[in-house]
Amino acid sequence: MSNVSTHKSGLPNPLRWIGASVLGFFAEIGNLSVFAARVKFAAFTPRWFFGEIGRQMIKIGFYSFPVVGLSAVFIGAALALNIYEGGSRYGAEQFVPSIVVLGITRELGAVITGLMLAGRVSAGISAEIGAMRVTEQIDALETLSASPYRYLYAPRFLAALITLPLLVAAANIIGVMGGWLVSVYSLGFDSTVYLRNTLDFVTRNDIIVGLIKAFVFGGVIAIMGCYQGDRSKAGATGVGRAATLSMVGAAVLVLATNFIMSNLFVEIGL
Amino acid sequence: MTQPILKLEGIEKSFGKNNVLRGVDIDVAPGQSLVVIGGSGSGKSVMLKVALGLMTPTGGKVLFDGHDVTNSTGKTRESMRARIGMLFQSGALFDSLTVWENVAFRLINADGVKRSDAKERAIATLKKVRLGADVAGLYPAELSGGMQKRVSLARSIISEPDLIFFDEPTTGLDPITADAINDLIVEQVRGLGAATVTITHDMASARKIADEVAMLFEGRIIWRGKADEVDHSGNDYVDQFVHGRAEGPIQPAI
Repeated sequence: MSNVSTHKSGLPNPLRWIGASVLGFFAEIGNLSVFAARVKFAAFTPRWFFGEIGRQMIKIGFYSFPVVGLSAVFIGAALALNIYEGGSRYGAEQFVPSIVVLGITRELGAVITGLMLAGRVSAGISAEIGAMRVTEQIDALETLSASPYRYLYAPRFLAALITLPLLVAAANIIGVMGGWLVSVYSLGFDSTVYLRNTLDFVTRNDIIVGLIKAFVFGGVIAIMGCYQGDRSKAGATGVGRAATLSMVGAAVLVLATNFIMSNLFVEIGL
Repeated sequence: MTQPILKLEGIEKSFGKNNVLRGVDIDVAPGQSLVVIGGSGSGKSVMLKVALGLMTPTGGKVLFDGHDVTNSTGKTRESMRARIGMLFQSGALFDSLTVWENVAFRLINADGVKRSDAKERAIATLKKVRLGADVAGLYPAELSGGMQKRVSLARSIISEPDLIFFDEPTTGLDPITADAINDLIVEQVRGLGAATVTITHDMASARKIADEVAMLFEGRIIWRGKADEVDHSGNDYVDQFVHGRAEGPIQPAI
């Protein structure tokens, strides 16, 4: 007699578990895709709740600025130190300004902002919407003839699409200034030369690449937050789980979409 | 015979292998107050959500004013909901909005009423549920449970609906506040001439609000009669429930 327990179907339990997991994964992808399509439809067709969009822009954009700014300044400073250390092995310290500005504008400004907002914003949205779901506020919205897609999800989605590029633009400037601070006050660079090298090296395409990424990350972060909140199960555990899942999901999707976009931009020469 | 404002025909609803509703047949005439009683887990809330269109039934039909709205969407559903009010068990007031914005939510966001006019109507409706204008600018979290229920009642009646659903309107309230809420419901509903469907397991509430009482058990309506017949229905299940006895055909949900 086999040690492996079997189900009525005759399949051993590990196979059932793998099968169920794979099916569950694809079902989740399908549900998320349908949800995202409905949010986008609500976001780009009338009617718009402009007051809600404005409130969400303040919550997502304005209140995230301190954490994004602090993260950017430290990343820029650490980047400058590491590039200086690596560059000094080949006598290439003069490339610090160029590599800092390239790394920040094309990659780190957007990714760090995306990851910080995956934690702060996506989890916050899912906790708020999850609490509304379990206290029947979303059901109440529907009975009052207000679609949650138009009143709750689309404003958050649009606010994230608008504010993420603004935050990333600010993070780019602050990150470069973090590198400048360390380079000038710790590594002995001349301030004017550092800034001139930075401005001479960076191209419009570098900035556009970062802003396109920010736009996509905004959508990913808002949709993950709304999706997990909408599916939240009853109770504090359910809302907490929704917040965790949205944060983890948004962070992974930010990194995955960043890789895909970086690859695409290199391919098309942007 | 008057056409029912709401009719459920053979409604079934399953969640996986769990058959919660197994063929619910019920109707409510215009102006009639029907109270559905039943124990915890008997499917009362699911029945209400199916009737409201918040859940799609597995089988059966929902007829609103003679029209099949079981799978309706878009404008058909909107026009149905414009004629319906709902008081949720938890109140379901929007935390981020003030009391008057909660009460006037439908007027502002669905009916296109100007904010200043909507605020006036909200304050007038708050007066009907014995709340002063001073609470209009407060947030729901600043109110007691009884006051939140009154605000929720005001929100459900402000658009003068033809049909109002009450989900456990007195749950979590002390007996005096619960009685006051029952009085307000009766007063306001009679004033509007609306039909109501109330689900509750509070018999004091049922006796006060109901014209007719129906009992839901194991996903089916097992008894329906006039409110004054409920204490001598001749049905063992109803008798056990009404008198709150642990012994009888219904097993306690513990």
